Amino acid sequence: MQSKHLELAQVGIDFPTPKGPFTALTDVNLKIDKGEFVSLIGHSGCGKSTVLNIIAGLHQATTGGVILDGAEVRTPGPERAVVFQNHSLLPWLSVYKNVELAVKHTMRGKSKKEIREWVLHNLELVHMTHALDKLPSEISGGMKQRVGIARALAMEPKVLLMDEPFGALDALTRAHLQDSLMEIHADLGNTVIMITHDVDEAVLLSDRIVMMNNGPAATIGEILNVELPRPRHRLELADIPTITITDTKC
Amino acid sequence: MSKTTNILNLGTSPSSLGGMFGKVYQSAPAILLPIIGLLLFLAVWNGVAKTIDTSLGQFPGPAQVFEQAGALIGEHSAQREKAEAFYERQHARNEARMAQDPTYVPRIREFTGAPTFFDQIWTSLYTVSVGFLIASIVAVPMGIICGLSKSAYTAINPLIQLFKPVSPLAWLPLVTMVVSALYVSDDPMFSKSFVTSAVTVSLCCLWPTLINTAVGVSAIDSDLINVSKVLRLTPMSHLTKIVLPSSIPMIFTGLRLSLGIGWMVLIAAEMLAQNPGLGKFVWDEFQNGSSESLARIMVAVLTIGAIGFVLDRLMLLIQRKVSWDKNSVLR
Repeated sequence: MQSKHLELAQVGIDFPTPKGPFTALTDVNLKIDKGEFVSLIGHSGCGKSTVLNIIAGLHQATTGGVILDGAEVRTPGPERAVVFQNHSLLPWLSVYKNVELAVKHTMRGKSKKEIREWVLHNLELVHMTHALDKLPSEISGGMKQRVGIARALAMEPKVLLMDEPFGALDALTRAHLQDSLMEIHADLGNTVIMITHDVDEAVLLSDRIVMMNNGPAATIGEILNVELPRPRHRLELADIPTITITDTKC
Repeated sequence: MSKTTNILNLGTSPSSLGGMFGKVYQSAPAILLPIIGLLLFLAVWNGVAKTIDTSLGQFPGPAQVFEQAGALIGEHSAQREKAEAFYERQHARNEARMAQDPTYVPRIREFTGAPTFFDQIWTSLYTVSVGFLIASIVAVPMGIICGLSKSAYTAINPLIQLFKPVSPLAWLPLVTMVVSALYVSDDPMFSKSFVTSAVTVSLCCLWPTLINTAVGVSAIDSDLINVSKVLRLTPMSHLTKIVLPSSIPMIFTGLRLSLGIGWMVLIAAEMLAQNPGLGKFVWDEFQNGSSESLARIMVAVLTIGAIGFVLDRLMLLIQRKVSWDKNSVLR
C-alpha cells in the first residue's frame, strides 16, 4: 500500500496542569488521501480542536506525530492553512489587505501585479470582490468567514484545516457557505479537514466522517464513509430516508 | 437663585417646550449643565473667598483672579515691546558701525528681561514634552518586550511595582545631584534646572505607559497570534502587522495617563529645581508675598488645569488618528 498524503500516527497529547499532566488525546491514528474531505465530529471538549491544532503545528503532540507528504509536521506553516472559528481577520486591515498579507508572506518572489491578481482571484472564489476596501467590522459574520476562507485558500495549502468554520453563523448563511465550499472543493481538489458539530453539514460535505469519543484520553471512535455521489445537492439529500434519520437522532 | 432653577426646568422637562425647540432641547443640557456647574462654582468660590483672610490679604475671588489674568497679559505685551525696542536699538547700532567699518562683524545680544507668564507656560510645555518623550521612548519598547515575553515581565514586574508609587519629590534631590555630577559642559545646551525637571518627569511618566503597553501586548487575541504563526511572519512583521496595531489603544491609554502624571509632576519639579516654568512662577509669587500674589497663583492654577485638559484632548486626537478602531468610544 502506498504512503498516504497525510498521516496521523499514534498521536497523543498531555497538557500540564497543577495536578499533573492531563491526557487529552491518545492513540489517534488517521490516514487521509489527497483531495479527501474529512470531517471531525464529537462532543464539545472531546479534543477535536486539539487534533486540528496538532496537524496545524500550533500544538506539539506528546506522543506520535503527523506526517505530511513524507515530512514530519513540527511547526505551523502556510501549507496547512487554518480557517478559524471566529474568522480571525486582522480588524485593522481591509478585506483586500487581509488576504494580501497572507499572499505577501507566503508567496515570495511574486510581482506586485501577480500578488494583486492572486488576491482578487481568491476573493472571487468566495464571492467577496464587492467589499475589497471594507474593514472586517463593516461586513457580516458570513462575509468575514468567506474572507477567512479566501485567505486560507490564497496560501495554496496542501491541507485546509477548518475549525467549526460555520459554527457562529445563522442557518441560511451557513447553507450558502457550505455550497460555496463544495464548489471550491470540487474546483481545487484541496485536502480538507473540518471540525463540525453539525451532522448534516458533515454528511453533506465529507467523504469520511471521523467520530471521536469523549475525553479525557479521547481517541477516534468510528469512521463513517459517506458514499453519496458528487456533486451533492442538499435538497435531494433531504429526501433520502436514512439521512433524515441521522438528522433526527442529533 | 430662581433664575438657575428656571434653567434647570428647561433642561429637564421637554413637554414645556414646543416641538420646534426639540432639537435645541436635545443639545441644551449638554451646553447648559456645564454652564450651570461653572456658575455655581464661581458663586461658591466668591462667597467662600470673602470669608478667608490670609496674611497676604483676603483670598482672591473670581473678580481679582480675572483682573490679575489681565495684568499678566499686559505685562507680557509690555515685555515684548521692550524686547523689540531692544533689538531695534541693537540693529541700528550695528548698522551704524558697519557703515563706519565694513570689516565689523555684528553681534546680536539676547534680550535678558525676566520671563513673562507666557514664556513660563512655554518653558513648562517644552520641559514636559521632553520628559514625556524620553519616558515614552523607553517605556513603549520595554512594555512591548514585557508583553511578548512572560519571563521578561516576571523579571521586571517587581521593579515596576517598587518604583511606580514613588513621589517625584523623592526623586528630585537624587536627580539634581546626578545631573550636577554628570551634566558638566562649558557651554551647556540646556540649563541644569531644565534637565533635572525633565528627567524627574520622565521617571514618573514611565510606569503607566510601560504597564498599559505590557497589558495591551499580552492581551492580543490568541487567534491573531495563530494567524501570524501559520503565515510564518518574521518577528519584525509580527511586531508591525499584529502586535502594534492591536495594542495601540492600550498604549495610548498608558501614554495619556503618563502625560497627565507628567504634567502634575512637572509643576512640583519646577518649584524645587527652579526651572523657569509655571512651577517656578507659583513658587516665586508665593515667596514674593504681595497682596496680588494669591490671585496670580490662582491664575496659574487655572492655567495649569486648562493646559492639562488640552494636552489630554490632544493625545485623544492623536489616538483617534492612529487607532484603526474608529468606532470605539474614547473618553
